[in-house]
Amino acid sequence: MVKKNLEKIVKRIRADIVQMISNSQCGHIGGSLSIVEIIAVLHFLVMKKGDKFILSKGHAASALYSVLSLKGKIKRKELKSFGKFNSRLQTHPINCVDGIEIVTGSLGQGLSTALGMALARKNRVYCLLGDGELQEGQVWEAAMAASHYKLANLCAIVDVNKLQLDGETKKVMDLGNLKKKFSSFGWKVISCNGHKISELILAFKEAKKENKRPQVILADTVKGKGVSFMENKVEWHGQIPDEKQKEKALEEIWR
Amino acid sequence: MKSPRQGYADGLVELGRKIVVLTADVGKSLKLEEFQKKFPDRFFNFGIAEQNMMSAAAGLAISGEIPFVSGLSIFTLARAWEQLRIIALSNLNVKIGGSHSGLSNFKDGATHQMLEDIALTRVLPNLTVIVPCDYFQTKRAVIEAAKIKGPVYIRFSRNEVPTITAKRKFEIKKAEILREGKDVAIIACGNMVFEALKAAENLSKRKISAMVINLHTIKPIDKKTILRVAYKTKAIVTAEEHQIVGGLGSAVAEVLAQTPFPIVFVGVKDKFGQCGKLEELMREYGLTSKDIEKAVKKVIKLKKCKRLR
Repeated sequence: MVKKNLEKIVKRIRADIVQMISNSQCGHIGGSLSIVEIIAVLHFLVMKKGDKFILSKGHAASALYSVLSLKGKIKRKELKSFGKFNSRLQTHPINCVDGIEIVTGSLGQGLSTALGMALARKNRVYCLLGDGELQEGQVWEAAMAASHYKLANLCAIVDVNKLQLDGETKKVMDLGNLKKKFSSFGWKVISCNGHKISELILAFKEAKKENKRPQVILADTVKGKGVSFMENKVEWHGQIPDEKQKEKALEEIWR
Repeated sequence: MKSPRQGYADGLVELGRKIVVLTADVGKSLKLEEFQKKFPDRFFNFGIAEQNMMSAAAGLAISGEIPFVSGLSIFTLARAWEQLRIIALSNLNVKIGGSHSGLSNFKDGATHQMLEDIALTRVLPNLTVIVPCDYFQTKRAVIEAAKIKGPVYIRFSRNEVPTITAKRKFEIKKAEILREGKDVAIIACGNMVFEALKAAENLSKRKISAMVINLHTIKPIDKKTILRVAYKTKAIVTAEEHQIVGGLGSAVAEVLAQTPFPIVFVGVKDKFGQCGKLEELMREYGLTSKDIEKAVKKVIKLKKCKRLR
């Protein structure tokens, strides 16, 4: 029942992303589509009152705005203002929207911010990062500190979509074995398919069970997921769909 | 004689449980041991990783804490400048204590000296920038910074310096007139305030009446006082232990750009520092009371020139 509902929500978020980005002619479609299941499971099933969320890969803002609108934190019609002059819904999130704690989009900083929030020991904190983002050295400073301070209330999710602006992550700057890297930094590592709702639910459950170490969920994803002609295509990192492409994308999403 | 860095540390101890203190392996250099001992659960060492520390401070501020990011100004601020920019953009309640500023880290040379931080901070919207002049003012700046909401950068130096403000109140933004005068206004900050007072005393023997203003808050800048003293004296000298480019002098010049009064800058002239005794460095880079006196004489000449025109 929950899963069925969530599948509907996931479609709605994907459609919102396509609409927002086509409408404003700006934004990052590929990396927004790849996080949809992750962000939906988190916000509609996993996160409880008081839990906090940081979207470190701020360029996926459109996905977050869609979620916040479905949660009633922003009005549905405000989504039309995404990326437009004088809008609160900047293409990278700013913290004048309820549910957004800090400006993100400058990659590599979100995990540190999340760890600072976790250090206050008041909330459980979730932080969503991109895999390309892990090339930033600061992420590993944060990884070191989170395990040093034994922040079991910190859970990172990496959207491993394997593509970045300039090409395949492997070719631009190979991240190597992420599982081994995080585990040698003292984290509990959980791997799952980032588009399978049931797998994500299990992964988050397992993460929450951990009471000594920070946890990272390595979510294997497809950049541009849900729109056949965008899937695994590096150019859809920042390309904007034209009218025809938009219609085709929406049709595929709702199919 | 007391060190501003001790003032910073004592201010933190006075704030105690109201704040959290973060450092990056320079707790000893900033005299933070007392705070750490008294409030161990409110003290976080991040190791030599300033960028993570700065963004983590943002997280602590989001969670309702008042974090004081404490370190050497060069690394804390410059290494993590873009992280600070995000804090300023998000207008988060993070305070940064930048110690060992100017040439005060004389033993460690150019890599560890900080002559660019006023420029780097005052360019950021939302950020308050304070440069206290002695132990007492640094301590009060810490306490006042904790009272205001939003990001604050406090710049101070490492060594013992004469105390000037033992009995003075401290109010953020309000420039202090420490000495009245009518021929010239010397606007200074940090350690140069004492040099300015020394210069003014010497100049009075030669019948030059110099006003001395401690412009401890560089941003938001006290335009009203600057304009008032400029119209009164019609000649300005600025003095700072910082690059002339982008520093206090530039900030004052921006305020006075639409006035006809001449300004002469005392500061570091587009050079990096080096090792040496502090006195040797201050002399080499033109940061002594004698340099201020020379600047005063120059600006008074310029003032007269303008009158002739």
